[in-house]
Amino acid sequence: MPEKPKIGFYWCGSCGGCEESVVDLAMDLVMVVDAVDIVFFPVGMDFKREDVEAMPDGALAACFINGCIRTSEQEEMAGLLRRKSGALIAYGSCASSGGIPGLANQFSREQILAFVYGASPSTHNEAGTRPETQVCVNGHALTLPALRERVRSLDQVVDVDYYLPGCPPTPQLLKQAVVALLEGKLPEKGTVLAPDVALCEQCPRSETKPSDLKYTEFRRPHLTKMDPTKCFLAQGIVCMGPATRGGCEAQCIVGNMPCSGCFGPTSRVRDQGAKMMSHLAASVAAQTPEETRKILSGIPDPVGTLYRYSLPKSLLRGVPPAKTKEANPS
Amino acid sequence: MQDQANTETGATPSWEPRIVAFFCNWCTYTAADLAGVSRMRYAPNVRVIRVMCTGRVDPQFVLDAFAKGADGVLIGGCHPGDCHYIEGNYKALRRVEFLRRVLDDLGIEPERLRLEWISASEGDRVRVAVNGLTETVRALGPLDLRARHTKADLEVHVGVEPHMNLEVAAHA
Repeated sequence: MPEKPKIGFYWCGSCGGCEESVVDLAMDLVMVVDAVDIVFFPVGMDFKREDVEAMPDGALAACFINGCIRTSEQEEMAGLLRRKSGALIAYGSCASSGGIPGLANQFSREQILAFVYGASPSTHNEAGTRPETQVCVNGHALTLPALRERVRSLDQVVDVDYYLPGCPPTPQLLKQAVVALLEGKLPEKGTVLAPDVALCEQCPRSETKPSDLKYTEFRRPHLTKMDPTKCFLAQGIVCMGPATRGGCEAQCIVGNMPCSGCFGPTSRVRDQGAKMMSHLAASVAAQTPEETRKILSGIPDPVGTLYRYSLPKSLLRGVPPAKTKEANPS
Repeated sequence: MQDQANTETGATPSWEPRIVAFFCNWCTYTAADLAGVSRMRYAPNVRVIRVMCTGRVDPQFVLDAFAKGADGVLIGGCHPGDCHYIEGNYKALRRVEFLRRVLDDLGIEPERLRLEWISASEGDRVRVAVNGLTETVRALGPLDLRARHTKADLEVHVGVEPHMNLEVAAHA
């Protein structure tokens, strides 16, 4: 019997939802397990880092890595799995473009540590204890990975072959990717393994989207009784559909929630947030700076709305790093 | 000669602001031409890009300019009501308002982005606008995004050493 191709799944800075989406393959998982050998999947199976290190370079036909990269350990694992894998696939929004954790790039590491281990209302830390890369407890040296200044997408750390976006990706897209891999029909390197059209084109409400949107006010989902049949934008609710890639089966829309942009932009757009900014601002029904500001004030957190999953990969990558590097506390 | 950096703005004496300008073909670009043939002098810090309308200035262009090393961005278009394409300049106005807010949220001084209405006959306004933004940016200091990101990325190490925890365990 010929040897089955080996594949791996790994998580970096992530919530575990991407792992769930693998399990959500349900009966198709049986097909996948039949056709490939899963040789690394820390969430689901008992393989260790040493097992991967012992493999020859390129031993894995493909490895799906999810999560953002923020610690020294995640960088090492990304480097290790890059060496061991034929195709490296950024799986999910965090690995593809930084994801929700990427919003931390609005703050410096020092600001984050000062809040989480000090100023936050639920923290009692009189000793001011903070995570250290090395600490001695009862004569034993304990170590932790270093927390970096910035959150990065996988491709900002190692070379990535394919992207499978989504928060999480749909089992359907994962299945298609595995089938393409097995049949040797993977597209050109760098391709996003999802349809290259805007979500609006696949949206079940697309017929109710006016050709000339005019925003007189913006409304927020939790303060609005939303019409379950009408285009969200036509209701004055920010929906990232026009600036977001389809392929998600419009699950949020079907659940009567606007798109928040997890599939990232199409191949024609470099910066998803800027493109959405362009659409929203251009369609505001105002002709003066004052009126414009008033209407746009209905979007209280533009960065968190427009760049919810893509800040580290956006053109600005977040708040710029300090001009002079702060003294490294760890 | 060693440049002594200004500790507040990070500017060195030899630093000159770099301004990218997007000028509308129908008004400001012609006005810049007029300023030239009228032998007006304005700051040489500006690099002009001609666009058919300020409505063509995608926010991506502005962010890309900053990301690639611009210290300031100037957009010059037709006065309200004068747009060759009816309302492209209003779209630019609204996009700039939104962009300035997002820039502010992302720690970049919104004064680095300026929108001016300059008709084809107003050569002197080009001079005033270019000089004005150049001086504003000079006072703010270099933005230097590319160098700052390159430097910040030096913290990344993908080299695979034996895991720290394992090493410690082996020596314990």
